[in-house]
Amino acid sequence: MPFEWMVAVRFLREGRFQTVLILAGVAVGVAVLVFLSALITGLQATLVKQTLGSQPHVIVRRPDEVPVTLAPADVAVAARVQRPPQRLIALENWPGVRGTLEAMEGVEAVAPVASGSGFALNGGANRGVVLRGIDLESSNRIIDVCPRVVLGGCRLGGGEVLIGTELARQLGVTVGDTLRVGTATTQGQRFAIVGVFDLGSNEVNARWVLLPLKSAQTLLGLPGGVTALETRVTDVFQAERIARDAALATGQKAESWMELNRQLLVALRSQSSSSYMIQLFVLVAVALGIASVLVVSVVQKSREIGILKAMGTPTGRITRIFLIQGVLVGAVGAVFGGALGTGLAMFFATLALNPDGSPRFPVAVTPTLLLSAGTVALATGLLAAVAPARRAARLDPATVIRNG
Amino acid sequence: MAEPVLELEGVTKSYGETVITPVLHGIHLRVDTGEFAALIGPSGSGKSTLLNLIGLLDRPTGGRIVLAGEDTSQLDDTRRSVARGRTLGFVFQFHHLLPAFTAVENVMMPLMAQRGRQEPWMRERALGLLEEVGMASRAHHLTNALSGGQQQRVAIARALAPRPRLVLADEPTGNLDTRTADEVFALLRRFNVEHGTTFLIVTHDARLAGRCDRIISVVDGRIASDLPHVPSPPAPTPG
Ligand SMILES: Nc1ncnc2c1ncn2[C@@H]1O[C@H](COP(=O)(O)OP(=O)(O)OP(=O)(O)O)[C@@H](O)[C@H]1O
Ligand SMILES: [Mg+2]
Repeated sequence: MPFEWMVAVRFLREGRFQTVLILAGVAVGVAVLVFLSALITGLQATLVKQTLGSQPHVIVRRPDEVPVTLAPADVAVAARVQRPPQRLIALENWPGVRGTLEAMEGVEAVAPVASGSGFALNGGANRGVVLRGIDLESSNRIIDVCPRVVLGGCRLGGGEVLIGTELARQLGVTVGDTLRVGTATTQGQRFAIVGVFDLGSNEVNARWVLLPLKSAQTLLGLPGGVTALETRVTDVFQAERIARDAALATGQKAESWMELNRQLLVALRSQSSSSYMIQLFVLVAVALGIASVLVVSVVQKSREIGILKAMGTPTGRITRIFLIQGVLVGAVGAVFGGALGTGLAMFFATLALNPDGSPRFPVAVTPTLLLSAGTVALATGLLAAVAPARRAARLDPATVIRNG
Repeated sequence: MAEPVLELEGVTKSYGETVITPVLHGIHLRVDTGEFAALIGPSGSGKSTLLNLIGLLDRPTGGRIVLAGEDTSQLDDTRRSVARGRTLGFVFQFHHLLPAFTAVENVMMPLMAQRGRQEPWMRERALGLLEEVGMASRAHHLTNALSGGQQQRVAIARALAPRPRLVLADEPTGNLDTRTADEVFALLRRFNVEHGTTFLIVTHDARLAGRCDRIISVVDGRIASDLPHVPSPPAPTPG
């Protein structure tokens, strides 16, 4: 073992009580780091997953119609421009657009949807709904409805619909019943309810009516057309960039879930940054703790340091002895802290459970997290040891030895 | 035989920056290989100051210190610590052993500190030295568990471990009772005779100074007398 390591280890072992205290301090600090990160990561992953449970990552529509003035471009015209009411408009050449999207990097699946507002009627009960005409098989790759059908089956044959739990309750219908579904301009048709889904959002459960693409096209007056292409991407946080690329590539309007959920993202971001702040302060406290213990140790050991210098120990070695102590305290503290933090996170996850037994606050203790917490602790230990080490290196052996 | 291991030319030392206290005034001194010299003088006369300068633990205000043929005044701190490790050994009044280590580890310390690692020959040499100072049976004890005289023996073994040409001892027996002091002193003498190591020993004990080959007396920062002490009695066996 190199000389510096040997002396560092002995010095730490010698200062038993101090070493134990500072190790405990580092361990608690690292545990807080691990626990907090795991909790926030888990929480945010859950929030994002919940949000994406009923939203495509990227949605491609025809661009809004913009008014054009008929005057030549170089003539200034004073006019009050009124935007035309946005009609339900079909995507032009949607199979072509779909092909372009599917060829893009990072895109996993694309599904057409013909959607518009309508009503659902059962006897006297009438509710405004969103009609979503889909091809169940391709649509399931975007928003996976089938595993979340809580009643009945998951299929969409001709004349069949799937509705949400909340709509079923409000209309007083269930699987096997029929429902009249239509739009403001059509009479509507009767559909058989084959399944009831729960997509985790009350709004969606109360308003979505899933029906075959063909039926929706007829009801909405879009023969053969679709209103949007919904897309799933590999990395959900790349959705914004992919949407921009998709808009360029297809000439259509493409929006990502990130744009449509700005507030959520802002909330997540500020949550992350406040968690980083807390972690930073914890680290500063840990660093100050390590530094103060090492400074005390330098003072206590000044005689020994003086004698080591007198016997010809190069100053660099003296410096390293104390830097190594910082690193060791950081490393050993990180191991205990990692274990403590993981245990704490796992315990916390068992405190609040969903009805199905899964944790309500899932925690994500990953090897990456533990590794980075360890690295941070190590670096903190090293940095904290710099000042004490320099102090040790500056000690004047003659003074120390003279004063016994 | 008349090869100098140490030469001081007009060495002066003053302490303080605003209020300057001159301590040493133009010291000229030459110590040859194999000498066994005592440095005596009243308290505050500058003995320890002189020893610290020779030991490269401090820098003189003026003059030159030539150690083993090398002028040390131009050396930077790193080179000074290298020169210190290569040429010098120290024995202090307070043993200054490292309490976290065993006796044999303490003796190996200067070797490890200079080489940066532990090597098997170091342990062998350290055990041999402990044997010579009569501490072989305590080689693996922590030094806190040893008596004052035993600790000083270990400290002597440590000073000798790098086979220094010159050992500087500042009141090595100042802390010990008469009998133990005699034993420790005899030990130094034996290394001088058997290994030819040069010794410069600060002492207040006239009896022990009288057993040296040469007595250098410092008064008020000047060398007041420098006498060969003849005839040098053969090293008496202790006890
Ligand atoms: N670091 C210092 N700063 C200021 N003055 C000092 C310093 N070290 C020593 N002195 C002064 O230098 C003088 C000589 O001190 P030194 O320790 O060399 O004496 P000494 O001969 O070893 O005495 P003793 O026999 O008591 O050990 C003393 O007057 C002391 O006060
Ligand atoms: Mg003195």
